[in-house]
Amino acid sequence: MSTLNKATDRGNKKATASDRASTSASGGGSLSGLRSSGPVDVALKVFRGLPGPLLGLIVVMVALSFLSPFFLTQRNLTNIVSQNADIGIMAVGAALVILIGGIDLSVGSTLALSLMTSAFLYRDQGLPFTLCVVIGLLVGAAVGLVNGVLSTYGRIQPFVATLATMSAAAGLALYITNGNPINGFPSWYLTITSTDIIGVPFEVILLVGTYLAAAFWLKYRPSGRALYAVGGNPEVARLSGLNVTRLKIGVYVVAGTLAAVAGTIVGSRLDSAQPTAGTADLLNVIAVVVIGGASLSGGSASMLNTFIGLLIIGVLNNGMSLLNVSPNLQPVVIGVAIIVAVLTDRGSRRRQST
Amino acid sequence: MSNPPTANGLECAGLVKTYGGVTVLKEVDFRVRPGTVVGLIGENGAGKSTLSSLITGVVRPDGGSMTLDGELYAPHSPSDALRQGVVLIHQEIRLLPELSVAENIFLGRLPHSRGRVDRGRMHREAAEVLSSLGVDLDPRRPVRGLSMAVQQEIEIAKALSRHPRYVIFDEPSASLGESETEHVLDRIRALRASGAGVVYISHRLDEVREVSDEIVCLRDGARVAEWADGSVPTEDLVNAMVGREFTYQHVAPEPSSDRVVLEVRGLSRKGAFAEVDFQVKAGEVLGIAGLVGAGRTEVARVIAGVDRPDKGEVLVDGRRLPCSSPRSAIRAGVVMVPEDRKGQGLNLDRSAAENLTLPWERELATAGVITPKAVRGIGTQQRERFDIRGDMGLPVKSMSGGNQQKVLIGKWLIKDPKVLIVDEPTRGVDVGAKMAIYEIIRSLSEQGIAVVVISSELEEVLGLAHRVLVMCQGRQSGILDRHEATPQRVMALAVPAGTDATEPATADATSAPNHVHVTGR
Repeated sequence: MSTLNKATDRGNKKATASDRASTSASGGGSLSGLRSSGPVDVALKVFRGLPGPLLGLIVVMVALSFLSPFFLTQRNLTNIVSQNADIGIMAVGAALVILIGGIDLSVGSTLALSLMTSAFLYRDQGLPFTLCVVIGLLVGAAVGLVNGVLSTYGRIQPFVATLATMSAAAGLALYITNGNPINGFPSWYLTITSTDIIGVPFEVILLVGTYLAAAFWLKYRPSGRALYAVGGNPEVARLSGLNVTRLKIGVYVVAGTLAAVAGTIVGSRLDSAQPTAGTADLLNVIAVVVIGGASLSGGSASMLNTFIGLLIIGVLNNGMSLLNVSPNLQPVVIGVAIIVAVLTDRGSRRRQST
Repeated sequence: MSNPPTANGLECAGLVKTYGGVTVLKEVDFRVRPGTVVGLIGENGAGKSTLSSLITGVVRPDGGSMTLDGELYAPHSPSDALRQGVVLIHQEIRLLPELSVAENIFLGRLPHSRGRVDRGRMHREAAEVLSSLGVDLDPRRPVRGLSMAVQQEIEIAKALSRHPRYVIFDEPSASLGESETEHVLDRIRALRASGAGVVYISHRLDEVREVSDEIVCLRDGARVAEWADGSVPTEDLVNAMVGREFTYQHVAPEPSSDRVVLEVRGLSRKGAFAEVDFQVKAGEVLGIAGLVGAGRTEVARVIAGVDRPDKGEVLVDGRRLPCSSPRSAIRAGVVMVPEDRKGQGLNLDRSAAENLTLPWERELATAGVITPKAVRGIGTQQRERFDIRGDMGLPVKSMSGGNQQKVLIGKWLIKDPKVLIVDEPTRGVDVGAKMAIYEIIRSLSEQGIAVVVISSELEEVLGLAHRVLVMCQGRQSGILDRHEATPQRVMALAVPAGTDATEPATADATSAPNHVHVTGR
């Protein structure tokens, strides 16, 4: 039996090395190969078996805890997560879209458009604020619906379709108030980002909840599990009786809605609706997903790794601020991190399959 | 093309190739002399393509050595092999459709002068090569829109424009009609006359016998037989290819009931096939035979809901199928094992177990939740049922072709279907898995499932089916009962009446179908 295992493992290695690295989406450490006795050996193997993103996060955190005395404080760590809650929530949608082999460039503009819509309806139309927020979410879903319909029924490549909606949504967000921000929200709205529930900020709970819900969907629900098939090979999925078009549209709608959710957090945090809010987030969002090991060709992505990707970006930005690195240099470091993450991830996949 | 008189050709000695622990080539000796044609035959997976890849530098051997006209020959890439005069004509056509014919022929070595492509020279030389092949084609036109046969000619022109000393044809006739194949064979004879050594790989044994000076047979990666000329009976070749223990005969007992499960009436799809009518009873196996491009797969795809029909209807247990999506067909109990395992059947990066459950997750879920344990359970269950060898939790691409095919068949048998359509069920699998798959099909029909088997291997259709439907150029040319379905009669129905197969397989609604014999039941 062990020789058989070895044989298939080797075949597997061959395949991963030559194909695009996209085998196990979960990236769970494969410990089946442990046969050595020494505890150092075991520790080394466990370490090498860790998925690339987690490895990167550990390295960065250990380094920063030596470099800055403020880094490893509870308050700082909580801040890292809560400051990135909006990007993190958008990254869930982006990861799902990338999982089905698509891309959503419109997330940032969708955030701005939905936020401006709800703020405008509240201030200028006098609608109840809760209703305005719900309409804002619907606007996000509508942009996602347009993305989904264009890229399925319209047969437009997702990159092009969402490039168009990105431009259109950004323009509309500016048009609503002629480019002016809207201030003055109800006080309960502002408490969203200033309330702690048993010591944890509310937006962190929302963030983690979103990741858990998405992870549950992907692992246990038939329609979520089907997304791997849709991204891996849409024709196989269709011949297996899945409604590929509907699943794809659904994912774009989820991504649009989550962008709107992120918008409510941004509005609450700033106590202001800026028509350009979120437009700079697009690259961060995609960076989070890519650092999390998802393949842009579809079929692989995991919520755990995307979350780790979010933490890496958050920790790096935070650490650089603590160390007084010039803000202009920070994107350079993020760029390097993306490349390092992708390379180490590929390496760890290869090691896992030996 | 100046071979020294002492040239002893291209010689391989003890070639070994291993993939992932499986030895696919076991110390094979092989030799081709200048001015001869060696036919290389063997089942799928016997090692023919591996051998040709080794010779042409696509992959490197794990053992053994090669010599070229007495000198050590170890190509490390296809271009290295090309430089030494060894060229492979691949079974798949790989031309760039947007480039011109001449640019395709000279791809990677466009003639140039003073830093610019010398189009005049390129077109002149391309025209020379083409006319030497007897192809009347403007080298300036783009490849897009040319027929497969012409594209194959361009592939050959591309290879011959390098003046190779050794040419390997890897199933060049797989997608060609008869008259085009004859053209390819003429090409091979001309090459031989000019002093080149040719290796001809094909499944069409008659062609191999016709053109070869020597025939070599591989089975399971080993050289098992050779013949000094092409005058051996085809049966001998088949026996050597499949080994003695192999048999195609797996016909299930005659169906006991007369209950019609699948009925197809006047089914037509523009550009693919027209006016197809047949019935399949419970427990019956209907084979569909015909040449490549006759419309067999297209019929299956419409029945399985993948493509939409333009006319006609499909009934299952007397109820009309909506023919709108694979999903609707699956709901009605019609499932299809598609011919293209990698492109349509399996998600190679996902585990075997997840592939199995993919179509059934809604049914398998309890309260909308499907657990990894349930998926594993199905995996174990199907592994035992179909004797799948390999870890069901690993990506399915780690399995051998035969086991992948069993996974694919198992995927469609988690729930008992009413109608099972299998398209090329044994493509690319080894002999052992082939027999196992025949047994599976037989036992399913014994259970009362209506089975439709499509295969390019005539023996396979004849060995499995109670009745054989023959298609020709998108038309149903007849249905033969098993006792009257001899290979000769099937082929007579499958080959177009005009004997010229250059016409593309289109369903022209006005042309009269050449019904030879239809047993209406």
